[in-house]
Amino acid sequence: MYSEEHKNYLKKIKRNKFLIRFTQLLIIFLIIFLWQFAANQNLINTFISSSPKAIINTIINLYKDETLFHHIWITFYEVIISFLIATIGGTIIATILWRFKFLSKVIDPYLTILNSLPKVSLGPIIIILAGASTKSIIIMALFISIIITIINVEQAFTSTDKNKIRLLKSFKAKPYQIFFKLILPSNYANLINVCKVNIGLVFIGVIMGEFLVSKAGVGYLIMYGSQVFNLNLVMTGIILLSIMASLMYYIIVFVEKRLQK
Amino acid sequence: MDILKVKNLRKTYHTKNNEILAVENFSFNLKKGEFVAIVGPSGCGKSTILSILCGLDQASSGKIEMDKNLKFGYMLQGDNLFDWRNIYKNCLIGLELENKLTKENLNYVNNLLDTYGLKDFKKAYPNNLSGGMRQRVSLIRTLATKPDILFLDEPFSALDYQTRLAVSDDVYKIIKQEKKSAIMVTHDLSEAISMADRVIVMSARPSTIKNIYEIKLTGKSTPIQNRKAKEFAYYYDKIWKDIDYHV
Repeated sequence: MYSEEHKNYLKKIKRNKFLIRFTQLLIIFLIIFLWQFAANQNLINTFISSSPKAIINTIINLYKDETLFHHIWITFYEVIISFLIATIGGTIIATILWRFKFLSKVIDPYLTILNSLPKVSLGPIIIILAGASTKSIIIMALFISIIITIINVEQAFTSTDKNKIRLLKSFKAKPYQIFFKLILPSNYANLINVCKVNIGLVFIGVIMGEFLVSKAGVGYLIMYGSQVFNLNLVMTGIILLSIMASLMYYIIVFVEKRLQK
Repeated sequence: MDILKVKNLRKTYHTKNNEILAVENFSFNLKKGEFVAIVGPSGCGKSTILSILCGLDQASSGKIEMDKNLKFGYMLQGDNLFDWRNIYKNCLIGLELENKLTKENLNYVNNLLDTYGLKDFKKAYPNNLSGGMRQRVSLIRTLATKPDILFLDEPFSALDYQTRLAVSDDVYKIIKQEKKSAIMVTHDLSEAISMADRVIVMSARPSTIKNIYEIKLTGKSTPIQNRKAKEFAYYYDKIWKDIDYHV
């Protein structure tokens, strides 16, 4: 059994954890409460700032119209597709660049230019080339996330421990063996980090795309809401987005923990 | 019997601004079962010689004669174990790369692990092992592919002093027991004298062989015991003067 001192120590950790969670919840409830209170007392203009009740009503109405999950699904679908292509495609391209240093050096300035270019500026071109469809939105999201994925993953791959590479080479390992036995497994943590960053970027890309062209999706709700001055709808969209984005983030954290076991 | 003959090895390094002659006129023969240590001031190209011998680097000129079927095992500074593989899997990496995961080889690795005190750690991960044990795993990983000659490139320099003494004793015993020939590069003179049958002393860059000492100790046994031999100080003094350290 543990000593009294150790028990106290464990208790302290537990209490601390509980206090953190409690305070976190308290803050969100306080915000919601104050917001609703201010709205009820006409301290704020609900036409501009909306209110928690109005947001919930909007969600319920959307649900009754059977469009709520449609919009969420559209955005979700676009995010997932872009995320998968950006992460997997980016990693594959980074692998090719890691393998062929010459290509990597040649392509380097172009990657830098593409990376620093504000991708929204490509919007009109993308729409003209790919049409006003989901395709454009996914391409937009890809542009935003894949460049930085390539840069980060290649950087991680090339900074793999040189001594370990020498070791494998002393066993006459071929490049593909070095990649699968060393580079990939030793960079799991880095790849997970890239995933975390990518989720955020892909969301930015998808919403930006939906602002430019879309007939459905959460970004469309926000855009539509702002055009008809229905701020309840805009706020609802933002709330939905933050829930979706954090959900995706926690899914990755969950996968990460699973892999670590 | 000489299993490896090196003649007039020469290596130049090229950088953008100049070329550096690292090693020149390096010749020596390695006998079967012999343990040779190479010592010299830092940056004299000791490690370069090992890289060239095991084919990771190319010599500028010179000749290396050996049997075509001779196999090398290379042990680098630090243990370089893969954290995501358990001890057993770490030891198999060489066999995996060479596509030689035969039953016979697996048995051999298992035997090595059992013999050298790692029986209960096969499923453990490197993080849970002490520095000395990790080094032993690293040696077994090298031995797994059944090399004829071991190249040890400052294998113990990442360890603290006490562990280092114990591990060098350990590694020495294993190498002798498995009847391997070995070439070790080190900057630790006592380590070289206590372990090697011959010590090659290199000069500063451009590096050439300054002297070769046949180490003859009375009552020669394990490295730790060898340090107590009465000739130990004599060799130490000689080599120290050869190297001619300046601060």
